[in-house]
Amino acid sequence: MPHDTHDHSHEGMSPSGHPYRQDQDAPLTYFQQMEIAVRELLVEKGVATSAEIADQIARMDDRTPALGASVVARAWSDPDFKARLLADGSAACAEIGIPVEAMKLIVVENTPDVHNVVVCTLCSCYPRNLLGLPPDWYKQRAYRSRTVREPRAVLREFGLDLPTDVTVQVHDSTADMRYLVLPMRPEGTEGLNEAALADLVGRDAMIGVAQARSG
Amino acid sequence: MADAAPFAVGQPVRLSRLVPPGHVRTPWYLRGRTGVIERDLGITGDPEALAYGRTDAPCLRLYRVRFDMGTIWGEAAEHARDRLDAEIFENWLEPVDAP
Repeated sequence: MPHDTHDHSHEGMSPSGHPYRQDQDAPLTYFQQMEIAVRELLVEKGVATSAEIADQIARMDDRTPALGASVVARAWSDPDFKARLLADGSAACAEIGIPVEAMKLIVVENTPDVHNVVVCTLCSCYPRNLLGLPPDWYKQRAYRSRTVREPRAVLREFGLDLPTDVTVQVHDSTADMRYLVLPMRPEGTEGLNEAALADLVGRDAMIGVAQARSG
Repeated sequence: MADAAPFAVGQPVRLSRLVPPGHVRTPWYLRGRTGVIERDLGITGDPEALAYGRTDAPCLRLYRVRFDMGTIWGEAAEHARDRLDAEIFENWLEPVDAP
């Protein structure tokens, strides 16, 4: 009985003595109301069922950067695939069974001379089919405004300090394209198979704020 | 407007300094700046019209335009030779030798 000797009130606490999480009683925002209204109309008019909408949300939530990592690992292992991926990202992904749907994918390759980093200054465009939901920082005004103005300072905050003889190439995702950075393959990974290579490729490396892990 | 490609890869272009109302997809910081066509992305729907349900609006050609950071930010550039690519619709672009 760890709590039986002191005298402060446990009112509002759970039986185990922890505070309850606050209920989300704030009024709905304009866009939350809009989303509910559109969703209910779609169901009422027979365009989609509630189950189909829930299933799509679950599919979106299930996507992870692992798909993108598998694309990178394939490109590292197969030079012909890499050439096709850089020429037409969507077609190359479809070729290995990754559903790109309407996404128009541009893959940009990091080299010893050029480092690519992706941002969407206007909103938060992101290759969700390959990387899942974007991290919160990707959607924040600080990342979106600073990456086009002082990308090197932003990258340093992510732990990536690039020498001045490397060109930083920023991609502002302003319209229909989605961008995937193909990181440089780490040295000493010649013997690794695709699955082991994919483990070296994190989400941040495919956005361009990090390098692939060296193992 | 959307039939023949008005710009070629490598061609210098300048972005209009327009300030239209509405769902504008050309970032403010690039307006009036000069870059070169990096690639032609083909014909696509015009989001500035589609955002308002104008589905009969003509489709437009979309380009990737490459800028030097020094061109965008001038003296304030962090590293003038770094680069930035952005997708810009043809109706925002003009040849640099235009009056």
